[in-house]
Amino acid sequence: MDTTDSTLHRLPRRRVLQWFAAVAAAGENLPLQGFAQTGAPVAAKGYGTDPDLTKFYAPGDVWPLTFSDTERKAVTALADIILPADDFGPAASSLRVPDFVDEWVSAPYPEQQKDREVILPGLAWIDEESRSRFQKPFADVSEPQQKAICDDLGQPEQKDPQLKKGAAFFARFTGLCLGAYYATPEGWQAIGYVGNTPTGVFEGPPQEVLDQLGLEQTVKD
Amino acid sequence: MPTIPVSEAKPEYDVAIVGSGAGGGQMAYTLTLAGLKCVMLEAGRSYDPVTETAMFQRGDQAPLGGVRTPDKHFGFFDATVDGGWEVPNEPYTQASDKEEEQFKWWRARMMGGRTNHWGRISLRNGPYDFKPYSRDGLGFDWPISYEDVEPYYTKVEMLIGVYGSNEGMENTPDSPPGVLQPPPKGRVGDLMTQKAGKKVGVPVVPIHRAVLTRPLDAKTIPAKLHPNNKKAQKIVADSMIARAPCFWATPCGRGCSIKANYQSTTVHLPPALATGNLDIIPNAHAREVILDDQGKAKGVLFIDKTTGKEERVSAKAVVLAASSGETVRILLNSKSNQFPDGVANRSGLVGKYIMDTVGSDLRGQIPAMENLPPHNDDGAGGSHFYSPWWLYGEQKAGKLDFARGYHIEIGGTRRMPGGGSPVPGNFLKGLYGTKLKEEARRYYGSFIGLACRGEMIPNEHSFAELDPDVKDKWGIPVMRWHWKWSDQELNMATHAQRTFTEIIEAMGGTVQGGPNREGKETILKGGETIHEVGGALMGSDAEKSVCNGWNQTHDVKNLFLCDASPFPSNADKNPTLTIMALAWRCADHLIEEAAKGNL
Ligand SMILES: Cc1cc2nc3c(=O)[nH]c(=O)nc-3n(C[C@H](O)[C@H](O)[C@H](O)COP(=O)(O)OP(=O)(O)OC[C@H]3O[C@@H](n4cnc5c(N)ncnc54)[C@H](O)[C@@H]3O)c2cc1C
Ligand code: SF4
Repeated sequence: MDTTDSTLHRLPRRRVLQWFAAVAAAGENLPLQGFAQTGAPVAAKGYGTDPDLTKFYAPGDVWPLTFSDTERKAVTALADIILPADDFGPAASSLRVPDFVDEWVSAPYPEQQKDREVILPGLAWIDEESRSRFQKPFADVSEPQQKAICDDLGQPEQKDPQLKKGAAFFARFTGLCLGAYYATPEGWQAIGYVGNTPTGVFEGPPQEVLDQLGLEQTVKD
Repeated sequence: MPTIPVSEAKPEYDVAIVGSGAGGGQMAYTLTLAGLKCVMLEAGRSYDPVTETAMFQRGDQAPLGGVRTPDKHFGFFDATVDGGWEVPNEPYTQASDKEEEQFKWWRARMMGGRTNHWGRISLRNGPYDFKPYSRDGLGFDWPISYEDVEPYYTKVEMLIGVYGSNEGMENTPDSPPGVLQPPPKGRVGDLMTQKAGKKVGVPVVPIHRAVLTRPLDAKTIPAKLHPNNKKAQKIVADSMIARAPCFWATPCGRGCSIKANYQSTTVHLPPALATGNLDIIPNAHAREVILDDQGKAKGVLFIDKTTGKEERVSAKAVVLAASSGETVRILLNSKSNQFPDGVANRSGLVGKYIMDTVGSDLRGQIPAMENLPPHNDDGAGGSHFYSPWWLYGEQKAGKLDFARGYHIEIGGTRRMPGGGSPVPGNFLKGLYGTKLKEEARRYYGSFIGLACRGEMIPNEHSFAELDPDVKDKWGIPVMRWHWKWSDQELNMATHAQRTFTEIIEAMGGTVQGGPNREGKETILKGGETIHEVGGALMGSDAEKSVCNGWNQTHDVKNLFLCDASPFPSNADKNPTLTIMALAWRCADHLIEEAAKGNL
């Protein structure tokens, strides 16, 4: 049975607090009850200072991916809510966005390791939250139910410092999805990037664009 | 790139050149085409842009979408390998714990050095820039003038190919007619800034960059560059024909496999190698200049990084062009009875007066540029327009609280997305679903970045010395940096922030990070603009300078410094074109002096 937005309650404050504590503790590298395993740092090597730059790489080629099946399911569901199939382009999962996020949190670099400590507990939490609200993990609940959770996480102007942290997880996750999605030809089309193709002449912005901005091309032929 | 192992080095060369970047590349080019036998020591590995450049690769074909990591500091596809803010096995240290007193040292360790990924902005110093002390009583004059260097600016521009326009602006020299290649069309960000600049009195004109917008004229240029040298003409013509003009795609920072832009590895080294007069030894880390009993340079002691062993090459003259910081390090490490404080350092000035460029940036979001019809904005893979310094009059009238100029570099944002979010997160807060995609598309490309690139005045607090304790992997003492911006630079950055705010607001935009911020909070760290110059002051008095107006050290006649280490000032004009012009001029001098038996 679908539940509409209006009948859903806001995040219970207690659980947000719990998650917030987990994120904070992960930052100090303390073992956590719920999240100790997923939060473990990765031990793989990076690509080094002299990688082959002309090769095509896919996630998992350089260091192993580390998502559990449960995490992967949550990531896929969340990424597809964030970037669904629509008139702009395909859904995140069909552009391998979840693989990218996995590659990211599995990377041995400090910035990515820091994100790992936000993303993995955040994913565990979102499943727990979904279970407590709807008795099923995030990936298995209905779209309106998923959206209800996202609406809470996505509140941009949170005053409550705890909810602010939740928004920070959501924002970071969204940022990773955007970085992955728009790195693809489909993503380029969705955002309006045109280029990366050789041409004989560079004409500058088309007349239509110049007109819209009230500009004149000052470099003449 | 063809190289030789140490074991195949000849017993003696005419000239040993340390470093293969802009300075070393230019020296090798000029000397070998004139028939001198040269050996080049390069600390990094050999590198071939034709086969190694990731031209069309997309973010989704790179680890982590290609974002910067501690392994690749400017992103996965950036041309630089084995280099960056830190170099494995080669530490450097800071004299102070305070961040604002530290120098960030960006180093390349590969064939071609930093020229593989540099921004290709190629501006001539103007007449004022050689005589700054005479104009405002600060810093040092050069012992040479614009007129001395002008012919070499022209030669370098003809050789490497530089696009741009002649605008006849104060202290912003025109090139002789026919030398520059046509500038590319303005892009949206360029034209918007130009229009807004008009409103607030900031001129915006085409920039000069070392990118071919049409094929080089291989029929006429070689004879102008090398009159009376048929062999050189033929080699240079062949090399010019091998370069294609820009095809208006792919960021230049990755390098250019079609050789449309300047990198030492595509422009300087191939013709030098074609003469048969150049041997390049890669993975050869120079440690010391070796002297004979008369105090003349007779070769270079280096570490063969493939074996870890000390090796030597012998030569009748030595050129250091290892990037100014590293050249200083080699000089200071070359200690002997004759030079207990390092070779060519009787003045005690080696390492003094290190300069960088004043960097201070600002970004604006421009509502008029939201939701623009998609169009190709790639252009020439780097800047098209800029603002040369325009307030000489105000400065002369005493109206500004800083003495030197800055230029403005303009950055559009319709670049190839991928890796990071194409729109700053604060514009997309909390959004998801189709609304998120709509807003991403709306804001994408609606930002303009403005960057101040200004002149720093040399000061007593910015210098480099050997660290008494720390050594690199091979036991060679490392550099220790001292740094301080003076009020001159801080005031300049404050002025730049005000100007940028005005420009952005004249476009109807909002500045990101706050309008009119103070220079102190926005100035980049020392070294961060990667225009490291100075450390071996050029001057006419041997007691007060390290080398003369020919990049030749006062103390050792056959030792030449051909990177930016001799620069007595660091004009707002990016340094590399001047490095090359001075190197060419130095090479001509070296050839002449050698012929006279003066070395
Ligand atoms: C991102 C970026 C953008 C830039 N943009 C511009 C621009 O637009 N315009 C501009 O004018 N300048 C620009 N620069 C600066 C420009 O790259 C340098 O001014 C120029 O490359 C300096 O030439 P060089 O020969 O002195 O040094 P480098 O190009 O750094 O070459 C030095 C070489 O010496 C080698 N070497 C070092 N130590 C040793 C040793 N002990 N023994 C043997 N070899 C050694 C290095 O491996 C290197 O190959 C930019 C730099 C960066 C990093
Ligand atoms: S933009 Fe032009 S010059 Fe730059 S890398 Fe691409 S093809 Fe080469």
